[in-house]
Amino acid sequence: MIIASKKFIAWKQFPITLFLASGFLIFLLISAIIPNAISTTDPYAIAPRHAFLSPDWNHPFGTDQSGRDILTRVIHGTRQSLLVGAGAVAISFSGGIVLGLAGGLGPQWLQKGIGAVIDVLFSFPALILALLFSASLGTGAGPLALAIGIAATPGYGKMVFSQVLSVRHSGYTEAARALGHTPFSIIHRHVLPNALRPLVVTATMGVGQTIVWAAGLSFLGLGAPPPTPEWGTMMSMGRDFIADAWWLTLFPGLFIVMTVLSTTILGRFLQRRFEGRPS
Amino acid sequence: MTKRLASQRMISRIGLSLGMLFASATLTFLAVRMMPGDPATIILGGAMANPTPGAVAAITREYGLDRPLIVQYGFYIWRLLHGDLGASFSQHLRVAEVLRQQMLPTLALASLSLLFAWALALISVFCTVRRGKVISSLGASFDISAAALPPFWLGIVLLWILAFRLHLLPPAGSSSLLSLIMPALALAIPLGGFLAQVTRESLEIALDQPFILSARMRGLSMGQVLRRHALRHALLPGIALSAWALGALLGETAVIEAIFSRKGLGRTLVYAVSAQDMALTTGIVLFVTVAYILASLVIELIHEMVDPRLATSRRRKTS
Repeated sequence: MIIASKKFIAWKQFPITLFLASGFLIFLLISAIIPNAISTTDPYAIAPRHAFLSPDWNHPFGTDQSGRDILTRVIHGTRQSLLVGAGAVAISFSGGIVLGLAGGLGPQWLQKGIGAVIDVLFSFPALILALLFSASLGTGAGPLALAIGIAATPGYGKMVFSQVLSVRHSGYTEAARALGHTPFSIIHRHVLPNALRPLVVTATMGVGQTIVWAAGLSFLGLGAPPPTPEWGTMMSMGRDFIADAWWLTLFPGLFIVMTVLSTTILGRFLQRRFEGRPS
Repeated sequence: MTKRLASQRMISRIGLSLGMLFASATLTFLAVRMMPGDPATIILGGAMANPTPGAVAAITREYGLDRPLIVQYGFYIWRLLHGDLGASFSQHLRVAEVLRQQMLPTLALASLSLLFAWALALISVFCTVRRGKVISSLGASFDISAAALPPFWLGIVLLWILAFRLHLLPPAGSSSLLSLIMPALALAIPLGGFLAQVTRESLEIALDQPFILSARMRGLSMGQVLRRHALRHALLPGIALSAWALGALLGETAVIEAIFSRKGLGRTLVYAVSAQDMALTTGIVLFVTVAYILASLVIELIHEMVDPRLATSRRRKTS
């Protein structure tokens, strides 16, 4: 009886939303790696006679102005969206760690200098930065990820910076220094793990936010060019037909919403785990 | 003593503001110069316009494009230091004139969105916090879901429902106040969800503080405690984020104004960037930076009003 009730409590720590979120993310991963396993039709195959079909059993998400199946295109667009999201987060994450560590651990002048640079860049609207950079880097998934990655770097840098500073002046670091540990081992054993742990959460949630930005820039025509199945581009194309064919825009956007929601739920769960608070 | 420290704070703030303006000008210069294509040809309408070599050479000389990049950059900064934003070649107008024409719709949209966002956040948090497990978690899920909505998608969905299905609001334009509601909602709902998450968290923490318990013991009702004691604490993190939020909103107007075919800076910026109009892009980016600097000044004053400890501690430290 006691064992059973303990098990029940353990399961309660994993709420149902977490399962749904993880399930959806796994589904997205499969669609990104092997889209043909989920949808076998060709995302580019046009069928003018079947244009603007509203959602039904054959086309659960309907068809677009050229008769292409929206569900197929959304599934095939996952790879591009996830790649841009993960790529941009990887870029801003590494950039932020370099900036934050150099500023937080370096000498006084470097600390002040990097602190000022981060403050200046952080306050700049990231979407405008991304817009400027993506216009100069060119269109396509790679440049888009790079532009958004650069634009989001100050935010991550600010976070690592303040984390490193607070860990550096914490009691346990002082204690380790008093015990005579070398600077390298202090950084390796105390500063890095404690400063970077909160970033795992931020990065998880960051993928979702990045996908929103990428879709926004694609929407402005800075992403993949039109026939490509990409969520932002699909919405941008569908906007012209919104009065009569809402499904062109609704479903790609719904996938973005669900992706952001899933990464947020997963991120918040990880956060509570790390902070040791009950969810 | 007090005076000296107050002036030091002033100096560091002015320094940060100048740094921001300088960084925005430099980043814009680099980004626009990095864009593909020959600047002189682009000024003349691009390769499609097929300009004569003589015209290209004339423009190159007129804009100083034959000089080294660093010299061009020097002239660029020098002109900006004299307050000369230059003329936009794509709009055939002075940049200051374009800004004057386009700023009001965008500023109105961004501030109304911030207002809506705060209203939504406060309603969501104060109606659902500590009202039993079901209602609280419903409120929290509402915040998270709202924050997950991409503004441009929300804009299109609102357009479809409110304008084309229910015919409640005009679908496009920037003439009436009614046409402001939908774009403002599209920007406000995700931001409101975000502010609500932040406020909810700090309100939960504030409600666990001993002074809340003592206020309850003195016989205040939960509503009174929320209003008189917890509210100030809960608002602070959200207020601190508001200047940043206004900057982000100004950036997001780029997409929203395109969807609702509204006049404004965001749409003009997208246009300027795609036309590689250096002067206009710089003008708008600098304008947004100035707006952010002013907003953060106002926000700091509000922050001190809501949290008197800030002003007191500063005075105590300095005396």
